[in-house]
Amino acid sequence: MTKSELIAKLTSRYPQLVTKDAELAVKTILDAMAKSLAQGQRIEIRGFGSFDLNYRPPRVGRNPKSGSRVEVPEKFVPHFKAGKELRERVDELL
Amino acid sequence: MTLTKADLADLLFDKVGLNKREAKDMVEAFFEEIRASLEEGDTVKLSGFGNFQLRDKPQRPGRNPKTGEEIPISARRVVTFHASQKLKGLVELHYAKQQQRHFNQ
Repeated sequence: MTKSELIAKLTSRYPQLVTKDAELAVKTILDAMAKSLAQGQRIEIRGFGSFDLNYRPPRVGRNPKSGSRVEVPEKFVPHFKAGKELRERVDELL
Repeated sequence: MTLTKADLADLLFDKVGLNKREAKDMVEAFFEEIRASLEEGDTVKLSGFGNFQLRDKPQRPGRNPKTGEEIPISARRVVTFHASQKLKGLVELHYAKQQQRHFNQ
């Protein structure tokens, strides 16, 4: 499912909702989530999961093309942990 | 501070002009559609944010950490999230800015 398919599903779920509003709603939610993580703030959605940041220490990497050493600075990367309901539902049909 | 469904509903009220009830339902529906798609085994790709994928894990040996007893961990399907380059970049940028601020103080 892509973002536009998600928007289409939300529009068909709410017949009174125009596509433009569903588009804006999806954009608003995703932008707020991205902004929250970008500010170092975690996200917690009950029944879906939580997003937080994991620390990666600095390391010496290699440029795969030239083979030369490159210093990779320390950083944070986004991390998702599925919530109970999502975890159980994806595993159910197996 | 943590971003929650209530915060997202407030934003939909402010920015999209949905009423409080509709905003709350829309947030719920947004996550429900993603769950439903993953439940059916379908990957979810949200451009600019990231992809939710499914991984089938084979059975593996495990242990009860309390008793030390060996019990197999059953085969299962799990959800993994891969942040887009854009989201990774935003998060790193924040970190760089924070370091800069710290340095300037």
